[in-house]
Amino acid sequence: MPGTVSATASTPPRVMTGEHFMVGDHACAEGALAAGLDFFAGYPITPSTEICERLAHRLPQVGGTFVQMEDELGSIAAILGASAAGARTLTATSGPGFSLMMENIGLAAMMEIPCVIVDVMRGSPSTGLPTLVGQADVFQARWGSHGDYGIVAYSPSSPQECFDLTIRAFNVADRLRIPVFVLMDEVIGHMTERVVIPPAQQIPRVDRKRPSHEPGDAVFLPFKADADLIPPMAHAGEGYNVHFTGLTHDERGYPALNAQTHEQLVTRLVNKVAVHAPEAILTEEVDLDDAEVVVVAFGCTARSARRAVAMARQQGVKAGLLRLISLWPFPEERVRDLGRRDAVKRFVVPEINMGQMCREVERLTHLPVQSINRAGGAMITPQSILEVLVS
Amino acid sequence: MSVPAPAATQFVEEHPIDTLLRADRFPHILCPACGIGSVIHCYVQAISESGIDKAQHVCVSGIGCSGRAAGYINVDSYHTTHGRAVPFALGIAVYRPELCVTVISGDGDLSSIGGNHLIHAARRNVNLNIICINNFNYGMTGGQAGPTTPVSAKSSTTPFGSWERPFNLPHLAHAVGASLVSRWTVLHARQLKQTILKAMHKQGFAFIEVLSPCPTGFGRPNDRGDGIEDMRRYRQRCVIDDEAYLPDIDIDITDDTSPIVVGNFVDIDRPPFQPVLGAPRREVAKVLAENANQRTRSRESVGHEH
Amino acid sequence: MSTETTQNGPVQIRIAGYGGQGVILTGMLLGKAASLYDAKEAVFTQSYGPEARGGASSADVVISSDPIDYPLVTEPDILVTLFQEAYSKYRSSLKPGGTLIVESDLVHTNGDANVAGLPASRMAETIGRRIVANVVVFGYLVGKTGVISKEAAIKAIEATVKPKTYELNLKAFSAGYARATEESGRE
Ligand SMILES: Cc1ncc(C[n+]2csc(CCOP(=O)(O)OP(=O)(O)O)c2C)c(N)n1
Ligand code: SF4
Ligand SMILES: [Mg+2]
Repeated sequence: MPGTVSATASTPPRVMTGEHFMVGDHACAEGALAAGLDFFAGYPITPSTEICERLAHRLPQVGGTFVQMEDELGSIAAILGASAAGARTLTATSGPGFSLMMENIGLAAMMEIPCVIVDVMRGSPSTGLPTLVGQADVFQARWGSHGDYGIVAYSPSSPQECFDLTIRAFNVADRLRIPVFVLMDEVIGHMTERVVIPPAQQIPRVDRKRPSHEPGDAVFLPFKADADLIPPMAHAGEGYNVHFTGLTHDERGYPALNAQTHEQLVTRLVNKVAVHAPEAILTEEVDLDDAEVVVVAFGCTARSARRAVAMARQQGVKAGLLRLISLWPFPEERVRDLGRRDAVKRFVVPEINMGQMCREVERLTHLPVQSINRAGGAMITPQSILEVLVS
Repeated sequence: MSVPAPAATQFVEEHPIDTLLRADRFPHILCPACGIGSVIHCYVQAISESGIDKAQHVCVSGIGCSGRAAGYINVDSYHTTHGRAVPFALGIAVYRPELCVTVISGDGDLSSIGGNHLIHAARRNVNLNIICINNFNYGMTGGQAGPTTPVSAKSSTTPFGSWERPFNLPHLAHAVGASLVSRWTVLHARQLKQTILKAMHKQGFAFIEVLSPCPTGFGRPNDRGDGIEDMRRYRQRCVIDDEAYLPDIDIDITDDTSPIVVGNFVDIDRPPFQPVLGAPRREVAKVLAENANQRTRSRESVGHEH
Repeated sequence: MSTETTQNGPVQIRIAGYGGQGVILTGMLLGKAASLYDAKEAVFTQSYGPEARGGASSADVVISSDPIDYPLVTEPDILVTLFQEAYSKYRSSLKPGGTLIVESDLVHTNGDANVAGLPASRMAETIGRRIVANVVVFGYLVGKTGVISKEAAIKAIEATVKPKTYELNLKAFSAGYARATEESGRE
């Protein structure tokens, strides 16, 4: 591989096994390295720049390729190209850059090219609050590119999870052949905490499904999905003469511009993620057993929510927390079940946006859903959540 | 066919380049007398003569009529988004440097919406072969003006004639650092194929502009006749001048007697883009030396009388 | 403040100075020592906002024996200010009864009660280099408050600074630490 440099004794290993006191952005970069990142392309933007910088330093030393692109349009295109050639690829950005990437996120979904995209959310819209926290890109991550497609998004609540979930993101991306997002927020990206990195052999790895046919075998249809709705992926340079296009295409990969092919393809792209949702969804539950008030929160806000739930319990209010570790697919079944419980009386959804994930909860329950919203710039405090819990 | 073939005619099952085209995708979508097919032909001819294993060739396109090229060529091919063929190709070429990656796309795709990627890939000297099919307009969307539309040319968005200064693409490519810069027309099939071959074997950024008739989008509003007439014009007007002074090779469509300068203008060796750990000293020295060279050359050429 | 009063809850520490005084490193050392070598939980954050421009710089650390939910410092139990502006800005945020440490050559406290002052820069100069003033402060903070153990602090220094500057940093730490323990001996 290019950029390979023989490791010297002083070169830190690819997997930095051990305990570290590490900032979230770096933990994310280390997670990517541990997951076997081959190729990073990015463009600096606060508060994700530390991911880019860490990888500029680390990736070439362990045989990977780092490219600082001319912009985010180029960054996302480059990681798709490298992934089409077989690499595990990553880019990292924040709101404005994320917006620029949207078109090719749709291309990744359509061409079924796996990749991981980190968005460290800051106050928005537009340039907004470059250095301060926001959580308002969660719907953009789900719906930002035009059309219907499925994606997976994770939202870490600690530097440790930045590490763990980045690894998971790679595995899910390769397994499902989709773009996977790690939606960090500025507080998590910029906070430093203990991060435990396991030995290299304990890092889970799920690779893409690869064709079982020989190159040249006319039977091989590069976009014919197996029963799991996922087609095996042939890479550039292997002799399969594949054709990838963003146009609606048939199982050969050839453009087929008609309603029927479109229906089949888009349905599969959406269903592929839906049927594998149980593998992708991750939540954490705190004190939900007898809860009367269920807080649904993610990212840094989940930390305040956890504190608020503990404080509410001290005051005799039976509160519990459903922490969304994966934002997409949304854990619909779980929220529906909670809403059907006799004990549960209401939901509370704090988030640093003007009301996004609360809509997901609202569509799944008839119970009251109270949202706590801040436009961005600061964390929601435990006290402000507590007030709603005890009200 | 019911007419029996003359005895001397020999039928062969396959043409040598058959396997390089996706015959199962024909008929193609291109208009009659469109020049894009000729470019595709030159490219596959070059593949077959390149001596490079077919499996090592990768073709990347953006969006446009020209961008459809990738879809007809039977090598690993990627039909990406409008303007992003170059960075997509960069990802492939940098990750798998042993592959021979060629971008075939339109003037609008490469120099308008993708202009930023073009200049940066050239600046870095990414090992890519760029075949830019210049038909002076956005053919795919129905003949709008773009950054190559000549002054005075009419299009659906310049109904009174364009008054913007267009790009002189070879001059641009040279200025931003391309290692190989050429301009041909679809009439120059043999030269074009030779230049593509040269690009395939060259380490670095090769930019080949191919002037191509678009009777539908450009010919009609500008009374240029059909594609054949364009070919006739190419034959009358083209002057091969490898030593041409690049700032002077703008194309004038108001004067059909003025020359269209074509040729292999630039062929220099610069270290190709390869992200490595630290800049190797030798390479740094080479880059600096080449920059100095280029400055001297520019100064000399500015001194020329043209 | 003493560690007893906060043993059960998280201890919030804010170190504020101007760029170049090494407050970020001090916060980092504190958090690292607690989290990696004292088997405690610690979160370190720094101000990134527009207020972080113009030279001012602050490092916030929360240390606790239990997992830390809310990561930010709201009302420091320990406030260290290394220049006048930081003192004026953050003095009122200090928890009542909290510990206030100042660089006594650079901060006038106008008779503020219970201020622990030390001339860290001058002390650092005597040790060898002014640049380690922040580590003198670190030593003093550890000696004065016991918020982390001395052993953990030294391990954190060793794991963080360049090997060739370790001796110097250790000297700086010890000087600060010794001053704190001497003071408490005198009390
Ligand atoms: C982001 C985006 N904007 C606009 C378009 C519409 N569009 C498709 S092709 C094209 C112009 C293509 O022109 P050129 O690259 O010169 O190719 P030609 O069709 O002339 O060969 C445009 C504007 C698009 N597909 N995507
Ligand atoms: S519109 Fe122009 S470029 Fe497009 S196929 Fe027709 S002739 Fe060719
Ligand atoms: Mg065109």
